[in-house]
Amino acid sequence: MNLHEYQAKELFREYQIPVSIGKAVDSPEEAEAAANSIGGNKWVVKAQVHAGGRGKAGGVKLIDSPKEASEFANEWLGKNLVTYQTDENGQPVSKILVETCTDIENELYLGAVIDRESQRLVFMASEEGGVNIEEVAEKTPEKIFKTPIDPISGANKDQAVYLAENLNLSESQTEEFVDLFLKLSKLFLEKDLSLLEINPLVINSEKKLICLDAKINLDSNALYRQEELQKINDESQEDAREVEASRWDLNYVALDGNIGCMVNGAGLAMGTMDIIKLYGGDPANFLDVGGTVDAKRVSEAFKIILSDDNVKAVLINIFGGIVRCDVIADGVIEAVSQMEINVPVVVRLEGNQAELGTQKLDESGLNIIGANSLEEAASKVVEVSKRS
Amino acid sequence: MSILIDENTKVICQGFTGSQATQHSEQCIDYGTNLVGGVTPGKGGQTHLDLPVFDSVNEAVKETEAEASLIFVPARFCKSSILESAESGIKLIVCITEGIPTIDMIEVKYRCDEMGVRLIGPNCPGIITPGKSKMGIMPASIHMPGKVGVISRSGTLTYEAVKQTTDQGFGQSSCVGIGGDPIPGTSFTDVLEMFQNDEQTEAIVMVGEIGGTAEEAAAQYIKDNVSKPVVSYIAGVTAPSGKRMGHAGAIIAGGKGTAEDKFKALESAGVHTVKSPAEIGKGLKELTGW
Repeated sequence: MNLHEYQAKELFREYQIPVSIGKAVDSPEEAEAAANSIGGNKWVVKAQVHAGGRGKAGGVKLIDSPKEASEFANEWLGKNLVTYQTDENGQPVSKILVETCTDIENELYLGAVIDRESQRLVFMASEEGGVNIEEVAEKTPEKIFKTPIDPISGANKDQAVYLAENLNLSESQTEEFVDLFLKLSKLFLEKDLSLLEINPLVINSEKKLICLDAKINLDSNALYRQEELQKINDESQEDAREVEASRWDLNYVALDGNIGCMVNGAGLAMGTMDIIKLYGGDPANFLDVGGTVDAKRVSEAFKIILSDDNVKAVLINIFGGIVRCDVIADGVIEAVSQMEINVPVVVRLEGNQAELGTQKLDESGLNIIGANSLEEAASKVVEVSKRS
Repeated sequence: MSILIDENTKVICQGFTGSQATQHSEQCIDYGTNLVGGVTPGKGGQTHLDLPVFDSVNEAVKETEAEASLIFVPARFCKSSILESAESGIKLIVCITEGIPTIDMIEVKYRCDEMGVRLIGPNCPGIITPGKSKMGIMPASIHMPGKVGVISRSGTLTYEAVKQTTDQGFGQSSCVGIGGDPIPGTSFTDVLEMFQNDEQTEAIVMVGEIGGTAEEAAAQYIKDNVSKPVVSYIAGVTAPSGKRMGHAGAIIAGGKGTAEDKFKALESAGVHTVKSPAEIGKGLKELTGW
């Protein structure tokens, strides 16, 4: 789950981490009023979407009158912002963050992420903050400084000092950085984050550190113990079908092709997409029904797959381990008989109770094409998808 | 020989009386696993599946001399269940549960390493030594005792690979599902080392997927240390890179982690790669000449 910048900054304030004064609004009138109440003569207005690259896409603007805040809000609210990190449709804008303008002396980068390789929370910092940080990391990795956090003793001051030295911070800035670093690591662990990024972390004209942007991802496995944050999730930023799927504990990702897939297990679901491609077809989606699927969820999965008008055929590929193939068969029969499914459905069942499942499908009298192997299933579904 | 477990390994099940645990414990017992009891706090003293139930792993270990534990408890209790097991002297833990918070796993993995405890999973199908013992949820019928060691990050894709080695008549020495979580207890490299040192294993099948750099690390290990033939498939060549937020993930990965990178790393380590999940058995046949 992702947070919006304004939500992340509220969390920062809770932890007394320095951010600009600002207010998130959802109408042009409020935008103007926010600029007036913040005061000063320069502001920054920022469209709130779950994606980076907003500045380059016109979603961030420097303004010098409250009227312009209203105009910016008018321009963006209710529209989609397309950045290089979104798809071609972009992400809907329903909030604008109005902030004081910070005079920037220097832009730094500070990020933290769970690193699979070292199996630690790792903080990364660079003097080369700003929009080109990925290029910096790729071309000049020596300019990125990293420090892993000990799983037992946690973050310590020495690590912060090490990063501060490599950021060429002054003595007083180092003190601020130590404080910031310790608070951020506390926030990361207490709130079960999977990614935290401040780009840029700036030194302002008063030589003080301030977090100008904030990106936060939460570990979806830990949402059960982050109820407050779970409540503020903005579902409008996600694909509607993906949201619906997650309600049923189905893992669905929409794609561009025309062969709907229903598979158990993420690895096999990707493998099924790979083999469909190898046989000249194009998958319409990734869908992992998981290990504890029942008849109800199979029919929900069908509904989601078929809500995509591009789907010309469906491939169900189930290798039963936990999941029993006869249960899947019941779900398929129930769905196909109740939903008037007009596209061909190819089913391959293997593993736990596969014979019983296949027998049930055969006896159902429905238009279901059986397959005995993954290759056969892939070639059959590609063939029927081209015919219909 | 085989790796990790055989018919003598004394196994307990944590979360024993739950429905999933019951179903799979029954299947493990049927297969020949030496299941000696189970743990469900509050149900100590009862009998389940004709085996004693204990309140704690400590008691279970004292009474049964169990050396391995199969865990089915809900994700939110897994950290304490795994650590309880490790601290009670269990040396091999297989955690089937999916959905454990990553931050919990960082500490669990660190402490298991420190105590010298082998953790398989979480979010995995478990391990099986065909014909002898299984600790996991894999369907027994697709396995056959034999000479191929199978390692995989995925559950059902492991079954796919296993079935093909059975259909070809090769069979398996042991199969290990290391699980798909960001912080797995056991890596490809750990299992590759075990298979390289196992006499029964004559060839290795390794099934990976996109994300992380575990396959790249495995490729380097194979280059330096593995003399047995290895066949590999990586799932996700066609997976879209997806929407993302921020740069930190890309910076830490340093441009690694795509299926192409993984195939390339494995091929340069002399691994025979296949591009279709249906060609694992065939690839093995070509490589070994069996």
